[in-house]
Amino acid sequence: MKRTTLAAAIACLAAPAPALAEGELHLYIWSDYITDAAIERFAEETGITVSVDVYDSNETLEARMLAGGSGYDVVVPTTDFMQRQIAAGVYQPLDREQLGNLEHMDEGLMARAATFDPGNEHGTVYMWGTTGIGYNIDMVAERLGEDYEVNSWELLFDPEIAAQVADCGISMLDAPTEMIPAALAYLGLDPQSHSDEDLEVAGELLASVREHVRYYHSSQYIGDLANGEVCVSVGWSGDVFQAAARAEEADRGVNVWYAIPEEGAMVWFDMLAIPSDAPNAENAHLFINYLMEPDVIAEVTNYVWYANANRSSWPMVDAEITADPAIFPPQEVMDRLFTGVTYTSREDRALTRMWTRVRTGQ
Amino acid sequence: MSAPDAVPSASHAPLYRRLFLIAVVALALALRFDLLTLEAQTAGTLTLILWTTALALIALEASDALGISRRWLVIALPMLWLFVFFLVPFLVLGRISIAESMIARPPYSPLWERGSDGSLEIIASLDNYRFLLSDALYRNAYLSSFRVAAISTIFALLIGYPLAYYIARAPEPRRSILLLLVILPFWTSFLLRVYAWIGFLRRDGVINNILTWAGVIDEPLVMMQTDLAVYIGIVYTYLPFMILPLYANLVKLDGALLEAAGDLGASPMVTFLTITLPLSLPGIVAGSMLVFIPAIGEYVIPALLGGPDTLMIGRVLWDEFFASRDWPVASAVAIVMLVLVVLPIMWLQSVQNREVPK
Repeated sequence: MKRTTLAAAIACLAAPAPALAEGELHLYIWSDYITDAAIERFAEETGITVSVDVYDSNETLEARMLAGGSGYDVVVPTTDFMQRQIAAGVYQPLDREQLGNLEHMDEGLMARAATFDPGNEHGTVYMWGTTGIGYNIDMVAERLGEDYEVNSWELLFDPEIAAQVADCGISMLDAPTEMIPAALAYLGLDPQSHSDEDLEVAGELLASVREHVRYYHSSQYIGDLANGEVCVSVGWSGDVFQAAARAEEADRGVNVWYAIPEEGAMVWFDMLAIPSDAPNAENAHLFINYLMEPDVIAEVTNYVWYANANRSSWPMVDAEITADPAIFPPQEVMDRLFTGVTYTSREDRALTRMWTRVRTGQ
Repeated sequence: MSAPDAVPSASHAPLYRRLFLIAVVALALALRFDLLTLEAQTAGTLTLILWTTALALIALEASDALGISRRWLVIALPMLWLFVFFLVPFLVLGRISIAESMIARPPYSPLWERGSDGSLEIIASLDNYRFLLSDALYRNAYLSSFRVAAISTIFALLIGYPLAYYIARAPEPRRSILLLLVILPFWTSFLLRVYAWIGFLRRDGVINNILTWAGVIDEPLVMMQTDLAVYIGIVYTYLPFMILPLYANLVKLDGALLEAAGDLGASPMVTFLTITLPLSLPGIVAGSMLVFIPAIGEYVIPALLGGPDTLMIGRVLWDEFFASRDWPVASAVAIVMLVLVVLPIMWLQSVQNREVPK
């Protein structure tokens, strides 16, 4: 899917803002987050040529959006990042006239996403998921007993319990915006707290278990969980399922599973948005509307194992996925999920600094 | 053209070259204003080629018109390269480093602003540099980067010197093969080679499997996410940069000097220490520079192989740029880094230059 060729790089140098011919669409999306079939079908139906580039972190997307002139028409930011980017004027308001399929969207989920973007003015939900615990069933049982049920953040944040599984490898996401709210939830504090005091306490908790953490990384755990290199990871739901699928495929006795801790976990939304300087805004609307076709998005969910927010599509999603409480959580779990926080620049700096202290002890 | 005497010197340039120049510029402009439709990538590549050609032709015209020798054009290309890819980015960084971070696109304050009365107001401050001094984190990150780079350089030297020495002394067919083997890894992407090390070092990796099989260890060794892995990665990656300059130096060593030393009763060790080593000093310096400088700013290797407490300036830079979204502070970190690396090199060079005339 990656088409960043040398020629493209040169093209960027030579012509920073190439005047693009009609009938094109440039999609910038997370790696492994859409099917080739979905893109091909769109191209066939509309005659629009689609090019796809991929990224693996919100930060990468954000840097390109803030620099401007990216040439992309549709991008997929996560809600908390998107809120700040909207403030910076990075996205254009969607034209709802061109998005008839909005009627298929689940109102409750769209409302949750709207806490970051009032009125869902700049985006619509593509996929959503949770940040929870991925773990190796056998390795954890071996160390904590067959009866131990993984359903609490204590597995990572209680130094005594973490110490018992440390030898088979603990990993955490390398993102304070994910780890701090999780720590706050474990402590019974408001996971969306902005108070310096709360953030400080959460930082101390994270620092107290640092010696048990093998590494902090936001994608490496997928492969490592799958081959038994680590046994407990804070991870994104779909990524952990990907690890589980890989482990099953490899068939080497590694069994990976995912749990949403009972103290609560973060729910996040990846949004389809159009940059304010998108060269093909009209095609972008066509594409977003196409991705809200129930049968199209159902197929994508069947592939990526992330839940979509398209209510009409759910009957068409594999029963294995819709029945999975970790992907489509039941209402009582939904009630315990909290959305992420968009911090101010000052708080961001303090959090980054705190995170460096947690990670390195400096 | 029938009466060359009447033509002023500036138009001695052949007519066809000017016609060519006009054609090139016309084509480039046609592309720019979409009079020609090509695929975006082809158009981009073609545009670059056209403008470069046009610039070269204009330079030729100008040098002829001004009566300057064309020889300077030869240096002009590397100069232009340095200007475009080194000086300009450096100035851009410098400019961002004196701005203020803000939520906007781009995420920093403009260099100047029109006041309400129409006066120009320049927004610039050294606050970002002051900020770097206020937190020990940055000093520690610089120091630890220097330490990692220095230790890696020493190991690369200890491994690279004997290798270079051996290659330089090997008889001809073997020497070429050995040299080829040193360069061979470059044929694979650097990233892939670092990833390959993960396969060696991880819990279920090649090294642990062999040691377990041989009965040396019962429990797999944890080698990934440690400083050891970072050192292995850096030394492995940059070893060729140490070997090649050393080889180039050692292969020129005059064998007669060594024979003379031997004839005068020096042991091989003494010969090495008093003749070979001092004479190969320029090679050692060049090789060490080539390892030390990239190692100091290394980001990929510690990110892939290192553990959480590996603090290097590359990571701090990443944090400032991406996590804190503070492009000005990130730029300041980069500028300070550059100054810290470039100044010692300039000093070293001036020392070397002073030694040469002796």
